[in-house]
Amino acid sequence: MTEAPEAPTASEAPERVGFFTDTSVCIGCKACEVACKEWNAIPEDGLSLTGMSYDNTGGLGASTWRHVAFIEQKVPARVPAPEGRTQLPLVAGEPAAAEPSGDGDGEVRWLMSSDVCKHCTHAACLDVCPTGSLFRTEFGTVVVQEDICNGCGYCVPACPYGVIEQRQDDGRAFKCTMCYDRLGTGLEPACAKACPTDSIQFGPLDELRERAALRVDELHKAGVADARLYGHDPDDGVGGDGAFFLLLDEPEVYGLPPDPVVTTRDLPAMWKHAGAAALSLAGGFLASFALPALAGRRARR
Amino acid sequence: MSGSDVTRDGVRGERPGREAAPEALQGTKGGRRRRGEELMVPRAEFRSYYGRPVIKAPAWSPRDIAGYFFLGGLAGAGSVLAAGAHLTGRTTTATAMKISSLAAVSLSATALVHDLGKPERFVNMLRVFKPTSPMSVGSWLLAAYGPAAGAAAASAVTGRLPRAGAAATGAAALLGPGVATYTGVLAADTAVPAWHGAHRELPYLFGASATAAAAGMALVAGPTRENAPARCAGVLAAAAESAIRRAAERRLGMIAETYRTGRAGALLKSAELLSASGAALAALRGGRSRAAAAVGGIALLTGSAAVRFGVFAAGIASAEDPAYTVVPQREAKAARQEAEAGGD
Repeated sequence: MTEAPEAPTASEAPERVGFFTDTSVCIGCKACEVACKEWNAIPEDGLSLTGMSYDNTGGLGASTWRHVAFIEQKVPARVPAPEGRTQLPLVAGEPAAAEPSGDGDGEVRWLMSSDVCKHCTHAACLDVCPTGSLFRTEFGTVVVQEDICNGCGYCVPACPYGVIEQRQDDGRAFKCTMCYDRLGTGLEPACAKACPTDSIQFGPLDELRERAALRVDELHKAGVADARLYGHDPDDGVGGDGAFFLLLDEPEVYGLPPDPVVTTRDLPAMWKHAGAAALSLAGGFLASFALPALAGRRARR
Repeated sequence: MSGSDVTRDGVRGERPGREAAPEALQGTKGGRRRRGEELMVPRAEFRSYYGRPVIKAPAWSPRDIAGYFFLGGLAGAGSVLAAGAHLTGRTTTATAMKISSLAAVSLSATALVHDLGKPERFVNMLRVFKPTSPMSVGSWLLAAYGPAAGAAAASAVTGRLPRAGAAATGAAALLGPGVATYTGVLAADTAVPAWHGAHRELPYLFGASATAAAAGMALVAGPTRENAPARCAGVLAAAAESAIRRAAERRLGMIAETYRTGRAGALLKSAELLSASGAALAALRGGRSRAAAAVGGIALLTGSAAVRFGVFAAGIASAEDPAYTVVPQREAKAARQEAEAGGD
């Protein structure tokens, strides 16, 4: 047909892209979950009700690549607006929090957050994968090659976020690909495309980090003192996440680890200890053969 | 500013979803009411998402993977013992240990392949060599060690090619310690708190446990006149096993609970008892009595297996309770922030 496109040189390689999930505007519609399932043709992952909240998905897994968390919290009551409605802290330019007036006295707030694979800079799943099935794409994302994965399951406990999982009937590991196929044709991932409030923003990671810093400043000025970024810092234990978040409470409230560290950071130390342990084992046997021989010689003398 | 009542439960051994539901519906006070077994230290306050685990526990079957840790240790350390027996003219023990190592490594390879989600793709393990993946390193190690152990056993049994057999015995003895200890790295190189937190100690613990297993096998399979080294190794291994486990528990802090309670606690306590009594019995009576040597050897073997299954169970327990992920990470973060503030 036409001649093949030239291979991109290093300078032509696409920028690292990512997700910025601004949970302060998430409305919990789960359009991202649905869009993800539809686009990626992910099988059904259980139709049970958790009974704990509107979250019936539970968490990320082999067949759940976007997961909307719902957290119901009691917060101090706010002064009602004249029409009897509660003022929303995001629109009112006043300090949000009054002192709690007593136990159980307050109102309910919902935190909603769409969780996803973090596409870590230092990705433990990728490091420990023995087959090379997990790899880093030209977009800086981390993707499983389904035709290579042999289902060893090592990536599952390696992930500090509990994202990747083996599909039970299939045996192989699956997770978010950041819609690798869509990225290749210049489309944004299905979840970001479907998000009606732009809670999920997709773009070049540097640009997203700038945008997120502005947003968190804006929220602090509006009195939302608890707004904070999570996973944005390139100096954190995983070298920064390719998918980072703006949260309104501690990360663990959303089921996220407060201070994740890539396990392979300690791997050089572990190999050294394993080497020393191997030598100790050999030394132990050497001693076990030498000691009886020495004792025997002494006894004969 | 806000409190998340339902998420501050810290309930032991809770499975999210089904059990969290009634408490979530009860509202404010339900969360902290239930407590599991008595703990040695008061439970740290922590928050979580409905008590759900933060990380995912491995889907590995304990029989296959903890069983592999045990068999790999028995094979690897057994090859060292076999080489020692070979060199010192303890031929019956040498042959027995070569056969035992071949059997153990064959069984462990079978267990590993059986545990794969796609067993027919096991050759993909040798598709690349990745030092960042202990499983890749281990696959190559086994690929080199297995044939050496096989050749050593074949030569010993048939009496053919004695020189090649001796070379294979040597090669297996050189690779054996690696086969026995790398599994400690395999477990530790994960986000599982009870394993990663003990990443300095696990290789030594597995090495000691492997030594105990090999000594036990030599006591069972070898004649009494040849078993002095095995009796000595059994004592060394049992002492080391106990000391290293204590050191790991000291370092682990609150995560050490997972080594002391539940299934892991029961397994590790019996392991200590079995190893100590097996080593003592073999050391004191095993030189004269064939029966005492065999019973002591079986106790050492069982103790070694219990160590691996115990460590495996502790890892699963630590992965399934978000407290072991959240609380130590909070503490680490607070300590770092304090250090930074102090440094400015």
